[in-house]
Amino acid sequence: MSFLTIENLSAHVGPAPILRDVSLSVAAGEVRGLVGESGAGKSMIGKAVLGTLPTAVKVSAGRIVLEGEDLQAMRPRDRRRLIGAKAALIPQDPLTALNPSRRVGPQITNRLVDILGWTKADAGHRAEELLDEVSIPDPERVMRAYPHELSGGMRQRILIASAFAAEPKLIIADEPTTALDVTVQKQILRLIKQMQARHGTALLFVTHDLGVVSKICQSLTVLFGGKVLEDTRVEQFFDHPGHPYSAALLAATPKYTDPDASLTPVPDAVIEGVQAEIAAFDRMHGHV
Amino acid sequence: MADARGLVKRRIGMRLWLSGGWLTLLVLAAIFAPLIAPQDPLMQDLFGGRMPPFWEAGSDAAFPLGSDSLGRDVLSRIIYGARVALGVALIAGTLTCLIGSLLGLIAGYFRGWPDMVISRLVDIWMAFPPVLFAILLIAVMGTGLTSIIIAIVVIDWTRFARVIRAEAMSQGAMDYVASAQVAGRKRFSTMLAEILPNVLPTIVVLLTLEMGIAVIVEAILSFVNLSISTDQPTWGSMIAEGRLSIHQAWWVLVFPLITLFLTVLSFSQLGEGLKDHFDPVLR
Repeated sequence: MSFLTIENLSAHVGPAPILRDVSLSVAAGEVRGLVGESGAGKSMIGKAVLGTLPTAVKVSAGRIVLEGEDLQAMRPRDRRRLIGAKAALIPQDPLTALNPSRRVGPQITNRLVDILGWTKADAGHRAEELLDEVSIPDPERVMRAYPHELSGGMRQRILIASAFAAEPKLIIADEPTTALDVTVQKQILRLIKQMQARHGTALLFVTHDLGVVSKICQSLTVLFGGKVLEDTRVEQFFDHPGHPYSAALLAATPKYTDPDASLTPVPDAVIEGVQAEIAAFDRMHGHV
Repeated sequence: MADARGLVKRRIGMRLWLSGGWLTLLVLAAIFAPLIAPQDPLMQDLFGGRMPPFWEAGSDAAFPLGSDSLGRDVLSRIIYGARVALGVALIAGTLTCLIGSLLGLIAGYFRGWPDMVISRLVDIWMAFPPVLFAILLIAVMGTGLTSIIIAIVVIDWTRFARVIRAEAMSQGAMDYVASAQVAGRKRFSTMLAEILPNVLPTIVVLLTLEMGIAVIVEAILSFVNLSISTDQPTWGSMIAEGRLSIHQAWWVLVFPLITLFLTVLSFSQLGEGLKDHFDPVLR
């Protein structure tokens, strides 16, 4: 049974649609990739689920169901508590995702104390365990540190630890490796995968990197212009992409085995095809 | 310099020492005015009028900075005037800061209609010429310390609201705010726990600037005789009186003026110094 289900979600900024009838689901313990180029609406989906959409974005239709409860129908307060207890975010940029003027420890334990009602001491022990689990040396010292005293890789590890702190059933990772050094990226990716497997958490992994998808995801959703083009199993996708755009994306991925081969951009014809598809969709749904 | 934990210990700069020193001196003088003032600031002696400061011929050691046309001691009047000046700076500055910062935080963080309302108010407010507005307010409310403080708060909250709104907006866009929301924090408590600590350095700087401005506004109002009753010495009224006898007794005008100048300068320098000292990015 799927833990998170998004049904026919549409969202607009002013008159401009940014999500068009998006449906996807993440089963308990599943890792689903959400890929698309920048501006495709990948992050917006994550934000819609977590309730952190910018105020300019209005959800105009659709349902987001988390463990059988319709988030759109809930009161903001209940929704916040539900999300706080069941879901978490691994943000994109570790440099801005920790509050620069607060120590690291309380930023990890906040949720445990606020939502789950743990005592500060228990939450502190739990945070130390978690920091240990994400291979941070000397957790006690790190808990007392300010974010700027730690490196980018360290901060991302802390954010991962923090995301897993309350044993959420769903984690949304919003391009968690994009802001990191390539050498650190691989470690962080492995770490997320390990933590996910150990805790059995469902993971919605937002990325534009198909290489990453092939390594950690079981299923994926391809997005373009806020519209789902393809929703498939990962093996299926890499062997037989179901949409011309998916095939073009795969062809555009650099081949590490042949570094001299020139890069193939997504052909204009394919882009035009997708745009025509979206225009047809908009006409059908009454947008201009 | 770095200590064992790799934290850089910053020295307290000259700027902080000097400005802090002057203000401390002034605060102490204001508190202990009856003990340290050489004369009663209100006592008149028409035969001892316009006595020059101590280094000039014809001075009296009991009147170190000279006396005014009515024979009142300039130093004692400056010391007592500090009570009014600092009282207004502290109370009006703090109130302005609290109200302006809170509105600025709300506008910048919540956006939407609260921002609309607050920002339009700020726009309208800033269209009034501040000094005329102050005089108008005092004219309506009547003179007195409370009126001055209210006038300053009513006029100057926009200064805080505008700057803090912009800061709160840029902080609000940071990922750590989204993270706090996802972790189930309420909007208002997110604002206080996550945004406020990061705009605090700016608030401190604005607060000290505002205290300096409050001192000036009080001086302006007493200069035009709209402050408190004339039997209470204030720097502004001393300057106004001194102006009349500038050719015969320059010291009556110059000493309060220097005091006012140093005080306002110290407030702004204190703010700058504190900002450098507490900035989380430099920390």
